[in-house]
Amino acid sequence: MSVLVYTESDQGIFKKAAFEVASYAKEVATELGTTVTAITFNASDTAALGIYGIDNVLNVNNDLLKTFNANAYAQVIKQAAEKENATVVVVSSSANSKYLAPLLSVGLNAGYASNVIAKPESTSPFKVKRTAFTNKAFEITEITSEVKIIGVSNNSFGLVETSGSASAEEFSPSVPDLGITVESVDKATDKVSIADAEIVVSGGRGLKGPENWGMVEELAEVLGAATACSKPVSDLGWRPHSEHVGQTGKPVASNLYIAIGISGAIQHLAGINASKFKVVINTDPEAPFFKAADYGVVGDAFDVVPTLIEKLKTFKAQQ
Amino acid sequence: MKILVCISHVPDTTSKINFTDNDTKFDTTGVQFVINPNDEFGLTRAMWFKEKQGASVTVINVGGLETEPTLRKALAIGADDAIRVNTTALDSFTVAKQLANVVKTGGYDLIIAGRESIDYNGGMVPGMIAGLTEANFVNNCIGLEIEGTTAKATREIDGGKETVSTTLPLVIGGQKGLVEESDLRIPNMRGIMMARKKPLTVAEPIEAKTQTNSVAFEKPTPKGAVTLVSPDNLDELVRLLHNEAKVI
Ligand SMILES: Cc1cc2nc3c(=O)[nH]c(=O)nc-3n(C[C@H](O)[C@H](O)[C@H](O)COP(=O)(O)OP(=O)(O)OC[C@H]3O[C@@H](n4cnc5c(N)ncnc54)[C@H](O)[C@@H]3O)c2cc1C
Ligand SMILES: Nc1ncnc2c1ncn2[C@@H]1O[C@H](COP(=O)(O)O)[C@@H](O)[C@H]1O
Repeated sequence: MSVLVYTESDQGIFKKAAFEVASYAKEVATELGTTVTAITFNASDTAALGIYGIDNVLNVNNDLLKTFNANAYAQVIKQAAEKENATVVVVSSSANSKYLAPLLSVGLNAGYASNVIAKPESTSPFKVKRTAFTNKAFEITEITSEVKIIGVSNNSFGLVETSGSASAEEFSPSVPDLGITVESVDKATDKVSIADAEIVVSGGRGLKGPENWGMVEELAEVLGAATACSKPVSDLGWRPHSEHVGQTGKPVASNLYIAIGISGAIQHLAGINASKFKVVINTDPEAPFFKAADYGVVGDAFDVVPTLIEKLKTFKAQQ
Repeated sequence: MKILVCISHVPDTTSKINFTDNDTKFDTTGVQFVINPNDEFGLTRAMWFKEKQGASVTVINVGGLETEPTLRKALAIGADDAIRVNTTALDSFTVAKQLANVVKTGGYDLIIAGRESIDYNGGMVPGMIAGLTEANFVNNCIGLEIEGTTAKATREIDGGKETVSTTLPLVIGGQKGLVEESDLRIPNMRGIMMARKKPLTVAEPIEAKTQTNSVAFEKPTPKGAVTLVSPDNLDELVRLLHNEAKVI
């Protein structure tokens, strides 16, 4: 018996989510009285995983697996789970993890709970708490299969440092036919993605037009944040679809979400409610967003945002 | 090309979410059900393949009698026929098993499902269908072209997008972008009349064992009142974010 965790890296460097799922896996392993093994693909330095409770690392170095392929990665993780006799497999909520987890679920005949936000409520029976109804509720799910897969929501568990260190070994699984070939990738490397961001700055129709997004981008830059927008803003073509957040757009589970000129419609709130702290800047004190926010500024974004940028710059300079 | 579009029957996005039976069941009182938004994008893309490339389009739901109006709506939008697998959707795995069975027996080439349903938010069924039928799978699909048995798909990734090529049979987890919002169709009178005459087959389920149980639901604790900061005192906002929320 053991716990296996898939720790994601990008260009060989671990993502923050990798350390979060490692911390989570450690917690589960402690409850079960067992060890944690991490599976990594083409990672350059696996030592950092030890800090987050990993006992052993299976590192796969294979040119065929240089770029992500859901089916191939799922097959490899399956082989690692079988080798380690894993009864629990932990993955993150990144787009890639969510892509491969259902394939892994079929491969291991393992029940999968996605969007899990806390350590298991109990391990026998095995119950976890997850978000459902697009953050309008939580669901307690019992996983009844022998092997269990947990998809941990980003920024829900946090990082837990230990004094441990991880041993590492090369793992050479068999790789199936890839089935899918990546032709081209179009990715902004200089920008924080909404999925990885700890802070998200979002603009709504209150900003009047795409020409006014400069201050939104500047605010995001000062904070090291990702930019997002409400649905009408992307429908109007002011911003790309990839920035649309909400119930029918991307979900946001950041530590801080700043909404500028967004009214706070139920579909918008549903998608961003998992964020820990919410700030709203809106001229209308009756805007529904004020009921969902932690901090609010009733004021004109065209005055408030530039001032806030200056204040934050001063603050950062003092830090 | 035979296309199967999986339709999840979900509460309208404005629905109030409540539970009954000691918080174990979703309270459907007064709730309006609709086609899952992600499936609506998929269905609209399927109509394009029908009209431009002569594909046939079947819509399917795994569920009870109550989901038939949602399937009829999909027929009114233009699908050729519908299947309802007559069983309660207990967990994603059993639903995927039923769908995979229909895919295999019906010989479908392209299975269009949604990235996730807005009620359960599992994000599981499409990948599970692919796993069970050993078809290729593209998730978060925001663009799809098919020529013969080869497909070119665009997929959203964290921080961007990528274009991939693959072959049929193919399962996609679709979302907004697959078609534009403005391409979505509202059923017209003629469509609704025609939908009444289109076949809706009720199929009996195969045996399938669940892997997960929904034990109970909880509602988030109501939020405390917002702390208002004057626009003339934004230093205070910076202070709150730093000292109280500890997020900057
Ligand atoms: C099926 C369905 C799904 C949907 N899914 C989503 C979704 O996923 N995400 C989403 O965002 N929406 C979604 N919507 C749309 C949603 O209902 C709202 O229409 C939308 O969120 C409103 O966007 P908004 O707040 O930018 O614009 P508005 O509602 O027009 O609000 C603009 C706000 O800006 C304020 N404002 C104006 N001028 C200023 C100024 N100078 N400074 C500061 N504030 C100012 C106004 O007071 C107002 O509150 C969905 C709708 C449907 C029907
Ligand atoms: N009961 C069902 N019947 C048919 N299709 C479904 C059903 N449940 C889920 N799906 C499909 O699977 C997608 C993802 O659902 P889920 O895995 O529940 O998030 C939906 O958008 C539908 O396309």
